[in-house]
This record gives sequence, structure tokens and C-alpha cells, in this order.
Amino acid sequence: MTSTSDLVEASELALPTWAQLVFLLCAVGFILALKGLSGPRTARVGNLIGAGAAVVACALPFFYADLQNVVWILLAIAVGTAIGTVGAQRVQMTQMPQLVALFNGVGGGAAALVALLELQHFTERGAEVPVAYLVATGFTVLVGSVSFAGSVVTFAKLQELMTSRPVVFPGLPFAFGGAFVAALVVAGVIVGEPVMWAGVVLGVLGLVVGVLLVLPVGGADVPIVISLLNAFTGLTVAAGGYVLQNTVLLVAGTLVGASGTFLTLLMAGAMGRSVPNILFGALKGGSTLGAGEASDRPVRSVGPADVAILLAYAERVIVVPGYGLAVAQAQHTLRELVDLLVARGVRVDYAIHPVAGRMPGHMNVLLAEAQVPYEQLVEMDDINSEFKQTDVVLVVGANDVVNPAARTTPSAPIYGMPILDVDQARQVVFMKRSMRPGFAGIENELLFDPRTTLLFGDAKDSMGKLLAAVKGL
Amino acid sequence: MSNDITWLTFFVLSVFVGIEVISKVSSTLHTPLMSGANAIHGVILLGAVLVAGDAEGFALVVALVAIVLAAVNMVGGFLVTDRMLQMFSRKPARREVQR
Repeated sequence: MTSTSDLVEASELALPTWAQLVFLLCAVGFILALKGLSGPRTARVGNLIGAGAAVVACALPFFYADLQNVVWILLAIAVGTAIGTVGAQRVQMTQMPQLVALFNGVGGGAAALVALLELQHFTERGAEVPVAYLVATGFTVLVGSVSFAGSVVTFAKLQELMTSRPVVFPGLPFAFGGAFVAALVVAGVIVGEPVMWAGVVLGVLGLVVGVLLVLPVGGADVPIVISLLNAFTGLTVAAGGYVLQNTVLLVAGTLVGASGTFLTLLMAGAMGRSVPNILFGALKGGSTLGAGEASDRPVRSVGPADVAILLAYAERVIVVPGYGLAVAQAQHTLRELVDLLVARGVRVDYAIHPVAGRMPGHMNVLLAEAQVPYEQLVEMDDINSEFKQTDVVLVVGANDVVNPAARTTPSAPIYGMPILDVDQARQVVFMKRSMRPGFAGIENELLFDPRTTLLFGDAKDSMGKLLAAVKGL
Repeated sequence: MSNDITWLTFFVLSVFVGIEVISKVSSTLHTPLMSGANAIHGVILLGAVLVAGDAEGFALVVALVAIVLAAVNMVGGFLVTDRMLQMFSRKPARREVQR
């Protein structure tokens, strides 16, 4: 094989100074993008900077490198762009988490394929390939396929193509451990001598590990796993960048890997969970598994008309929206109800728990989509002191984030998680589908409190009836 | 191997920058931030293009698949993040006027 066909050397040799400088600018662009995305005012600009940097970086090879197959490449880019555009524009805001999971998965898959092709170059070069390259290649193939398969399973869970409850079978820990050890052994083979079959086997083992990693994770924890897999993909892109000797890939991938890992820890912290507990809790028979049993203790259940009277004649109402609201897509009806109450002179705010919805911050996106005005959305720390002066709290499809057990019961899995102090209000109305506990699988004492009334039913359905009842007053 | 030390330096410094730039993010923005970071690693498209520019036969087919996947990640990721953030921006006029 001629060494000119070797990509590592070719890209290194053919990289003119001006192109290196543009790549540096792109890397800076990605840093500014992340910086921008972490502030509310700068977020949109930050995202645009990131998009610009990515487009410039991807366009650059067409100008400095001697690319073959340009027509095919452009065609493939066009196809991917079309699919991505349609996906991004068609998606419902409630389905956002699974779309992010899917996009993350295909990115990981792309990184794994790129690394496999690099491995093929290395097999042609034989023994002269530095060990560090082979380690990075094996890492990219393995973790890229883990990210791909894991993301597909998270997508299936969130899209409800499969159960969102933890899936555990007796041999799962051994199957997972076995696949993982086998993957390490095969990766070792690749590092010893680059051979193509080992690369393919490693990719397949990565897929198995990815599936087994995500299966035991419960629905409520899936967003954290998406964030973790996102960080994984970032690291694979970084390793791919090292193999291709491309600085912008290394920097961009590492930025995402590091910030993604940090974000995962932040999210887990906001839910009062640890990452190992989320991944492996169900294997130990631990707490991700909800009991799923309905209690037969007496509760006070009322109809929409009673709740309508409670709300319409209150002075101060706080709405606590949760996961159930998002699932039922009742946010538009809720906004109409709140508008109606405000028009009647009731002071209404939404109390937003940091992890309300399907992902942290997801509730803000959903309510913003339903055109709820910004100033009505109040974060937990700002509103907790106001519950004491509140006449009625309307809890829609939320449970764990208002469960006083987080304060009082050290044995509860959510113990220590900051919650909304709904129990201090004069009246609490829960809109629930059933008496089943929330994802943490623990009973909520607040449901049995004498100040609490329950309105059973699908959130959208009940909300519609409630709206009609308030209108009729 | 001094070249590899340079790469290690890039890597370690990028880790610290990555953590530092997002350390003050509010929980409201966790979802868009995750989505935006997700789009940024779609830049693997660059790697896929480089590989495809040098491939033939079956390898080219695999490389083109990688390009399609990476382009979906990158383009879709940035667009969907923008759609999300658009909703956060204040609407100048609401549909119903509050009385």
C-alpha cells in the first residue's frame, strides 16, 4: 500500500496553516456556543455560533483536502440534512427528549463507523501504527456503538415502543459483565494487532453492552442516561479526532464529553440520585423500581365541579405541573384554565421543580410552547416561601416532587431531594390518573392528608372538564 | 512521542474548559444545553467526510452511511435546539389580552 493513501498522514501533511487557523476559530466557536447555551439571554445566539462553527469546520476539507467521491459525499450530506431538518421540525415538544436521544445515537454510530474505517487503513499499514492510535480507535468503536444502541433503547422507552419500567432478567448482570469483559479482550486484540474482524466484533459487542446498560433503567431516570450517553458520544468524537489527527474534532468532542458528564451529575443531583444508582439500582433490586401498587387507604376524591369552585373563589392559586401533564399533553388546556382564573382576579403562578417533566428544564419548554407568560413560571427556591399564603395548590401529574417524604423519611429513595412545599398550603388538589405511586415507587402521605382532594382521570380529559366547569360559574 | 503529549494537553485543557463554561447553568436550560452539546458532537461529520474522501468500494458505502448519520446529528441537533430556545424568547403580543 502506498503511504499517500493513508489518511492519517495525508490529512496531516495536507493541512495548510490557514486551515489550521480556521479550525482553531471553530474550536473557539464551540466554547462560546456552550458558554452561550448556559445563560438564558445568550442561549439562542450560542446555539447559532455553534452551528456556524460546525458548518465551517465540515466545509473546510472541501477546500484544503484532495477529496475523492465529492459528489457522493455531498449527496450523503444532503440526505442527512433533509432527515435531520424534517425530524427537528416535525417533532412535538413533548417528544423532544427521545429526538435528542436519537440524534445522539446516530452521532455515536457515525463515530464508530469512522473509527472502523480508520482501522481498515491501519490493517493496511501493519505493525507501524502507534499503540495510542489503536487504543483510541478501539475506544471509539466500542463506546460509539454503546452510545448508538443505548440511545436507540432510550428512544424506544420514551416513545413507549417498549415498557418504560426497568427491564431486568435473572442473568442480566452476568450477560452485561460478560459482554463488557469480552469487549475489553477484543479491544486488546486490536491494540496488539489491527485486524478488521476484531473491529467488527468489538462493534457488535458494543451494541450488546449498550442495550444491556439501558434496559434496567427506569423511565424517570432515562433523561439522565441520555445525558450520559451524550457525554460518551462526545468522548468518542474526541478519540476519533485524535485518530484522524484533527484538533477541532478533539476539542469539540472533549468539550461535549466534559460538559456532558458534568451536566449528568448536575441533573442526577437535582433528582437526589447518584449515577451508579440510576444505572445499576434496578440490578440490586434497588429503588429505580417503582412498587406500582395502589394503596387502599381512604382518600377524598371529588368531581371537576367541586375543584372549579375551589379554584374560582380562591385568592391565590399555585399550579404544580409534572410529568403526567406532559404525557397527557394537557399544557394548552391548563394555560387556558389559568388565563380564565387570572381574568376572574385570582393570582396564579406555576411552581416549576427543576426536574419537572421528562428532562430537567423540560417543563419550561412545554409551558413556553403553550404560551404561558414567562413571569408566571416561578422556580422552586423563589416560590417555596409562598405556599403558606396559598389557598389552593393544583398539582397536575406530579407526585415525587411534592412528596414530603423527601424531608421526613430517611429510608425513602428520594430522601434529601429538594421538593416543593405544597403541604404548607391551605388546600391541595391532585389531578392524578390513579393512586399509583410516582416513579420513585413510594407512597405520598400528602394524598391522605385531610386538606387534600383528588380529581382522578387523564390530565387532559379532567382539565377540559375543569375548564368547562369554571367557565360555567 | 512529544506530539502525543501535545494532544494530551489539548485534551486535558478542553476538559477543564468544558466543565468551566457550563458550571453556572440554571436548571431551566439543562434540556437545551444537552441538546446543543449533542449537536456539537455532530461535527464528527468532518471526520466522516475526510474518511469518505479517501475510500472506495464497500468502505465508501460505510463512509457515506456515517456521513448521513453525522449530518442528521449535526443539522437536526442545532435546528431542534433553536426551536426549543425560540419558545423561551418572550412573545411580544399574546393571543389573548389579559383583562
